[in-house]
Amino acid sequence: MMAAPRKVACVEIGGIPIALSTCDEGFLDLLRQRYDGFLSSSPPEFELEFDLTSTGPVSDDDVRVRRDGDEWLIERGDFHALWDPSTGRGSVRQNANPYSLDSVLRILHSLILAERGGFLLHAASAICDGRAYLFSGVSGAGKTTMTRLAPADITLLTDEISYLRPNAEGYSAFGTPFAGELARAGENCTAPVSALFLLEKGPENRVDELSSAEAVRRLMRNILFFAEDQGLVEKLLATACEFVARVPIRRLTFYPDARVWDEVRNFARNFAGNLQEVPEHV
Amino acid sequence: MSETCIYIARSSAIAARALAGEMMVMNSADSTFFTLNEVATTIFQAADGRTPLREIVRDRVCEQFDIDPEQAQADAEQFVAELSGHGILLVSNQPLAPETP
Repeated sequence: MMAAPRKVACVEIGGIPIALSTCDEGFLDLLRQRYDGFLSSSPPEFELEFDLTSTGPVSDDDVRVRRDGDEWLIERGDFHALWDPSTGRGSVRQNANPYSLDSVLRILHSLILAERGGFLLHAASAICDGRAYLFSGVSGAGKTTMTRLAPADITLLTDEISYLRPNAEGYSAFGTPFAGELARAGENCTAPVSALFLLEKGPENRVDELSSAEAVRRLMRNILFFAEDQGLVEKLLATACEFVARVPIRRLTFYPDARVWDEVRNFARNFAGNLQEVPEHV
Repeated sequence: MSETCIYIARSSAIAARALAGEMMVMNSADSTFFTLNEVATTIFQAADGRTPLREIVRDRVCEQFDIDPEQAQADAEQFVAELSGHGILLVSNQPLAPETP
């Protein structure tokens, strides 16, 4: 008996195209709908083959990501995946649940990014005046609130999971389809990162500086990282320190109304002004 | 305060980086993350598995910081117990061979 032919959707998030293949027409439709806006005709860098099976319910508690020889073994109650970074190919067994699909993709991207000096961050992000701003915090800190309060000229990259890669000057933020409470995918575009704000709700809007150590501590708390791997942990910590050295990180205490975005714009203006005052070749 | 000779060594299953006078330490087994203050960083950096903790406190901590020796020893033992509980430091009554990753 011949196997059913596989059909492919190439999904490009963060400038990294991954071919997702399946024999199941319904699952292919789900892929195309869920990642509409992130479908790509670029040659894929990586390939994942999906085989649908009956698995357990979606769970966030028991994800395990570890090396098994040359491959990464990625397991949770609702999926089982193998990925070989040397060939760029992997396989996934899961049911047709879109949340399982999102989780597998997020974990795979976190592994790829860790090797390239980037990372996924629990943060909303948006482009304002051509620069990206990140708003990070635990659940309930105000990520979705910040995106809901955004003025009309703001481009939403995500309200939940920000995608960050190093560039020549610092870091770039990319839009992701990974939505939080807003239930809306981000725009598939990118911009250089201007600042990361660590969110706290309060009676008034204010921006405070943080020590480098506190910034790293808070950043590490919000980076999505699952791998039980010494080498990658070392790289991640180095990346976090590098990010803190290159990107302004501030605590943003905010009262949830639209004026908080004035605070963001003021910060951008003042910070840019300060940068211009620094003479070259000091 | 303990009279037993304690030897401490850094686990190989951690990543550590110094930043602005503090040491960032992450356990790769469970991704727990710690920042160490200057005194704790001094002890952590001296944890070679061969130098007794008492000697580290006497020669490094008390030399560098204005601190009562007995209080320093008690604090060091508490710090070592805490970090060994998280798998960051290895503790023994005998000298420890350095772990190879």
